[in-house]
Amino acid sequence: MPKNPNVKRVLVIGSGPIVIGQAAEFDYAGTQACRSLKEEGMEVILVNSNPATIMTDGDIADKVYIEPLTAKVLEQIILKEKPDSLLPNMGGQAGLNLGMELDESGFLSAHGVTLLGTTAKTIRKAEDRLEFKETMEKIGEPCAPSLVVENIEDGVAFAREIGYPVVLRPAYTLGGSGGGIAHNQAELEEILANGLRLSRVGQVLVERCIAGWKEIEYEVMRDSAGNCITVCNMENIDPVGVHTGDSIVVAPSQTLGDKEYQMLRSSALNIINELEITGGCNVQFALHPESFEYCVIEVNPRVSRSSALASKATGYPIAKVAAKIALGYTLDEIKNAITGKTYASFEPTLDYCVVKIPRLPFDKFITAKRTLTTQMKATGEVMSIANNFEGALMKAIRSLEQHVDCLRSYDFSALSAEELLERMRIVDDQRIYIIAEAIRKGVDYDTIHEITMVDRWFIDKIAILTEMEAALEKGPLTVELLKEAKRMEFPDNVIARLTGKMEEEIRQMRYENGIVAAFKMVDTCAAEFEASTPYYYSVFGSETEVVETHPKKKVLVLGSGPIRIGQGIEFDYCSVHATWAFAREGYETIIINNNPETVSTDFDIADKLYFEPLTPEDVENIVNVEKPDGAVVQFGGQTAIKLTESLMKMGVPILGTKAEDVDAAEDRELFDKILEETQIPRAAGGTVYTAEEAKEVANRLGYPVLVRPSYVLGGQGMQIAISDTEIEEFMAVINRYEQDHPILVDKYLQGKELEVDAVCDGTDILIPGIMEHIERTGVHSGDSISVYPAPTVSEKVKEIIAEYSRRLAKALHVIGLINIQFIAMGDEVYVIEVNPRSSRTVPYISKVTGIPIVDLATEVIIGKKIRDLGYEPGLQPAADYFAVKMPVFSFEKIRGAEISLGPEMKSTGECLGIAKTFNEALYKAFLGAGVNLPRHKQMIITVKDADKGEAIEVARRFEKLGYIIYATRSTAAALNEAGVKARKVNKIHQESPTVMDLILGHKIDLVIDTPTQGRDKSRDGFLIRRTSIETGVNCITAMDTATALVTSLENAASQGELGLVDIAGIARRGTG
Amino acid sequence: MKRYPSYDTIGGGQKTPPTLYCGVNITGEMGSMKSFLILEDGTVFEGSHIGAQKEIVSEIVFNTSMAGYLEVLTDPSYAGQAVCMTYPLIGNYGICLEDMESKRPWPDGFIVRELSRIPSNFRCNISIQQFLEEHGVPGIAGIDTRALTRILREKGTMNGMITTDENYDLEQIIPRLKAYTTGKVVERVSCVRKYTVAATGALSESGAGLRVALLDLGMKRNIAKSLAARGCEVTVYPAKTAAAEILGDKPDGIMLSNGPGDPKECTAMIEEIRKLYESDTPIFAICLGHQLMALATGADTFKMKYGHRGGNHPVKDLATGRVYISSQNHGYVVDMDKLDEKVATPAFINVNDGTNEGLSYTGKNIFTVQFHPEACPGPQDSGFLFDRFIEMMRA
Repeated sequence: MPKNPNVKRVLVIGSGPIVIGQAAEFDYAGTQACRSLKEEGMEVILVNSNPATIMTDGDIADKVYIEPLTAKVLEQIILKEKPDSLLPNMGGQAGLNLGMELDESGFLSAHGVTLLGTTAKTIRKAEDRLEFKETMEKIGEPCAPSLVVENIEDGVAFAREIGYPVVLRPAYTLGGSGGGIAHNQAELEEILANGLRLSRVGQVLVERCIAGWKEIEYEVMRDSAGNCITVCNMENIDPVGVHTGDSIVVAPSQTLGDKEYQMLRSSALNIINELEITGGCNVQFALHPESFEYCVIEVNPRVSRSSALASKATGYPIAKVAAKIALGYTLDEIKNAITGKTYASFEPTLDYCVVKIPRLPFDKFITAKRTLTTQMKATGEVMSIANNFEGALMKAIRSLEQHVDCLRSYDFSALSAEELLERMRIVDDQRIYIIAEAIRKGVDYDTIHEITMVDRWFIDKIAILTEMEAALEKGPLTVELLKEAKRMEFPDNVIARLTGKMEEEIRQMRYENGIVAAFKMVDTCAAEFEASTPYYYSVFGSETEVVETHPKKKVLVLGSGPIRIGQGIEFDYCSVHATWAFAREGYETIIINNNPETVSTDFDIADKLYFEPLTPEDVENIVNVEKPDGAVVQFGGQTAIKLTESLMKMGVPILGTKAEDVDAAEDRELFDKILEETQIPRAAGGTVYTAEEAKEVANRLGYPVLVRPSYVLGGQGMQIAISDTEIEEFMAVINRYEQDHPILVDKYLQGKELEVDAVCDGTDILIPGIMEHIERTGVHSGDSISVYPAPTVSEKVKEIIAEYSRRLAKALHVIGLINIQFIAMGDEVYVIEVNPRSSRTVPYISKVTGIPIVDLATEVIIGKKIRDLGYEPGLQPAADYFAVKMPVFSFEKIRGAEISLGPEMKSTGECLGIAKTFNEALYKAFLGAGVNLPRHKQMIITVKDADKGEAIEVARRFEKLGYIIYATRSTAAALNEAGVKARKVNKIHQESPTVMDLILGHKIDLVIDTPTQGRDKSRDGFLIRRTSIETGVNCITAMDTATALVTSLENAASQGELGLVDIAGIARRGTG
Repeated sequence: MKRYPSYDTIGGGQKTPPTLYCGVNITGEMGSMKSFLILEDGTVFEGSHIGAQKEIVSEIVFNTSMAGYLEVLTDPSYAGQAVCMTYPLIGNYGICLEDMESKRPWPDGFIVRELSRIPSNFRCNISIQQFLEEHGVPGIAGIDTRALTRILREKGTMNGMITTDENYDLEQIIPRLKAYTTGKVVERVSCVRKYTVAATGALSESGAGLRVALLDLGMKRNIAKSLAARGCEVTVYPAKTAAAEILGDKPDGIMLSNGPGDPKECTAMIEEIRKLYESDTPIFAICLGHQLMALATGADTFKMKYGHRGGNHPVKDLATGRVYISSQNHGYVVDMDKLDEKVATPAFINVNDGTNEGLSYTGKNIFTVQFHPEACPGPQDSGFLFDRFIEMMRA
């Protein structure tokens, strides 16, 4: 069937801010879909509140709206842009829900907009628990016995009938939010209450527990003619019970025979046919490990995290094909872009093994529970490819960048076999290391299998790795043994540690014996057809397939690895844009990255893609084959920066800012010298290694002080300390891992925080704009609300900032990007830190100023001058609208995580509000972040003494808006004294009703809780904040944020229709 | 000439700890035994010996299925060939004897990247290593199977030798390899006397009361099972059975099975099939059966460069435009350019390369397919063709 001629203008909905369970994979899918639609001559109108995405670029869609993702905003966009079609299944659950809402309300049909791809009927059948169950029953596909309940009583009754444990799954939520396993009535009541609240339709499925069964997924495609294929299947190493996003996953399935494989494949096709899905779909199964009994767990009628993984694992571009299917094409009409010879109507076959490991945020949230459940906690993931499972697992482990490189990286050798078995019952991110240690201690496979339900085949593979460790330790290290260790992807440094040699000796021995990495191609067809797409992975002991190229110039772009808090999708944005800019300049581009969720690892972004860990050794393997003319590290976040020294040792020139200048910015002594030379003030401070030294410096400076490691991103480990005790505590946390660089202790200054991203060509600097943070210093810049143009600073301060930026860029010989953070106290400006590289705010500031910063930085790196590029150096004139970047958190997903804001970054994503006035922009930003107030007009205030003054003002304004204010004893007293009516509420340990009862009563809009200085030791405050988050109550922990919110709400009351801003229009104006 | 040195074996004379993983599923002494795969173009792969202790010469082909190695091994169509699995990890779920597609494995040799050290499946009876040994099938593991596949893709299917003789002499071996042909293999793999498979009705009773004559040209068991599961009573005949005998039993329909080798070698069978064609009995044929029916009615077949072997080939039903993913195993194909449309027209084509995948016979109750609707291994998407055959018999 050819393309539907009625489709000309397509509205695509993105997935909004990055949160746990809905991350970068939707930027990848959305970008691919938009490009695919444009390829077909469609006009694409895109809406997504997330400014950090590639999909919201002017060159991806014709019209780009970075607006809050609400039905009302979408209606306005539809009225303005008059699309004929809406593609809802690229924006994850958020996009799908919105599409459904517009369809159900009749708005789409009233305005002649057709839902493309899967129909609303299909979505309901797949997503509504009851309809889904009935549909499955109709076609004879088994589901676990289950019941949809809308209240707790029904849930309790049904659980009694089917027996505990039971699984709870709220309808229409993402990442399994609010779900869990209940082992008894008390747990059931707790989880169910939460789930009912989180579900869009107030429904939760109570289901027989099939924990311990094999979890298998199929990615399926279907076109409107009914042709179906499966792209790939995947097996979770962690059996049912752990969310697939938190499981270690392998593709294809390893322990299924053809009978099981085809049984589930046929079932998946059966389901997709019955649901009449057109596009991509993910079907999850639970398979009994000792029979053919299976259950359908879930169907996602859209692209998903799993489909991104399947795309990268096979080379089959699911989102691209799904977009074409939505336009009416059938699978046999769509070319397989990898082979160029075959069509989309075939099933990829792999001749390698893929392993995905989730990137869990427990290094950020050290107080959080590490246990893994049906509620997803991972912020990102890594994928690796090898022709053996052991190798793929080893590669994936070291791709995580969490101080792990082998199965000994967490040391459990002190535990006895019995203790290990006990510990093994806890399902967490360290279980695989526990299993390895148990094997070392001689525990048999059956015992491990019975406890973990991990298949014996995987246990044996872990055993093989431990046997290799032992063989290396025992020695002697023969060439044969080394070959075998490398085949299993033991990195040189691990082999060195185990054999007691130096890494360089191992490397030497490898080269002398020709043990070098070879590169194989991901070609979708196991070499059956010739493929020309240069998508490679490394193996040892094979012939290499890389086609040698000798272009004019060859550049290596280093990616940023897994998405984690502090290093997110923004860096992928930068890497991709840099790659495109180099390509435009005639360079051959090579990307190395290991993140399956990103645009950069799409096979058609760079000329060559290497899906590999980002360690010096892995990069060197590629350098040996490609011999690039240079590498850029400034776009790939800290991951890439960390490789600078190694690249130089390999003889690869670093393009742009030199490594020694990057060092100068990070090294305290060198940096202080530069500040002295350039006469720029900064907070006093010192460098230390031990807690003793830290205390000495802190006492010299006077508390409070800021403590942080150098060379980190996202303020990892950064804390404000107010006492010697806290210094000891924080230093202990930082020194959990060996520090290559000293720890910084600075006097903490509380002032206005300002930030610039700029491009410098060695002589001139281009500053697109100054961003001002709403929260005063002390809150990490990534967690602050950031406003462009800076609304409250004087012209003088702006001039000083522009001047300091120029001096710093010049002194650091910056060629390319630089990010600088300042504190302004009155008209005094201090520099906080300088990063001669891309930053989190680059995509945001590029979009709102229309100045393509990464493109310019790349041109400058190549040798052009800012003036030649059509820009006048210096601070650019401010735009005539305001843009507010709002951080978005995923605290509800991480049980036990401290939510109060501080110097260490905690947000997972961001959204943007852009408007003619600051107030409207702020309102949009809050709306985009999901803060949709007022609802009940009741709030709780409990603040530390220092904040009482500001709290009074804020409370007064809330009161004026009609809010009923509850406050704890001392706050209430302060408010009442100042004439703000506040009802006193008891503390947690006092008699009921307490502040907790109030929060759990579901009648509270907002909690303002500012923790006492430093880290809040009070269990009360922590509990209040956690309960608020877990009950879905907005919780604010900084007075500045509270002020901003009340300003926004005051404005909302008078806010009529929101004004819409087309970002693509700004971009064109910017370059024009 | 290229030499691919051994990689995975830990050997070279020195003893390694017996528990140490060797890239292949072998313990003790055998772990250090080298094996060589020699291709007729002089390429030599060095790997580890697996399976039975035997030297073989055969036609080397590759199969791209990711699961279903036992079904591949027991598919009689592989008689006269040695199979290389492109998926690198083989033997993971061991051998479930009830999944065998015939009474024994047929390939002359088995070529893998890595054999699993342990089998893991609740139905597993023995390990693949035991299975190969018991049935006298030698093999080689630890070679770069992707490199081998690329050679076969570029140069076409080749003959080769698997040997453990380290002192092989290429000058003496290569002429032997070049001279090898699979020859008349159908007789070897077909059953000796006719037998009946009772209806099971496991799937439906749509075929209840229908009697099907199934000509065993190297049949996979699931062809008979697929009919029996729909309620048909199936009589299986040896390949050399005369048409008169089959027709004399007055079946409601005739089914021609898959099978090995060059279809043109089956001259006697072609003649008999011509007689079946001329009877008015409904006929459904798969793979070799499909090719023989084409040859019997004046069409031609040719040998493909490297054939179709795997579970991911898309075939298009030309009548409906629908595409199905199919299980395939064939090195020869019907030449569509030489079809006489008065006799037969294409019913299915391969979406990838446009080759013929099925024929519909003009004015006859006959349809034939090149692919495998019985699956095992591979997708079950085209199983409905058995239903179509039943409808034909009912008509």
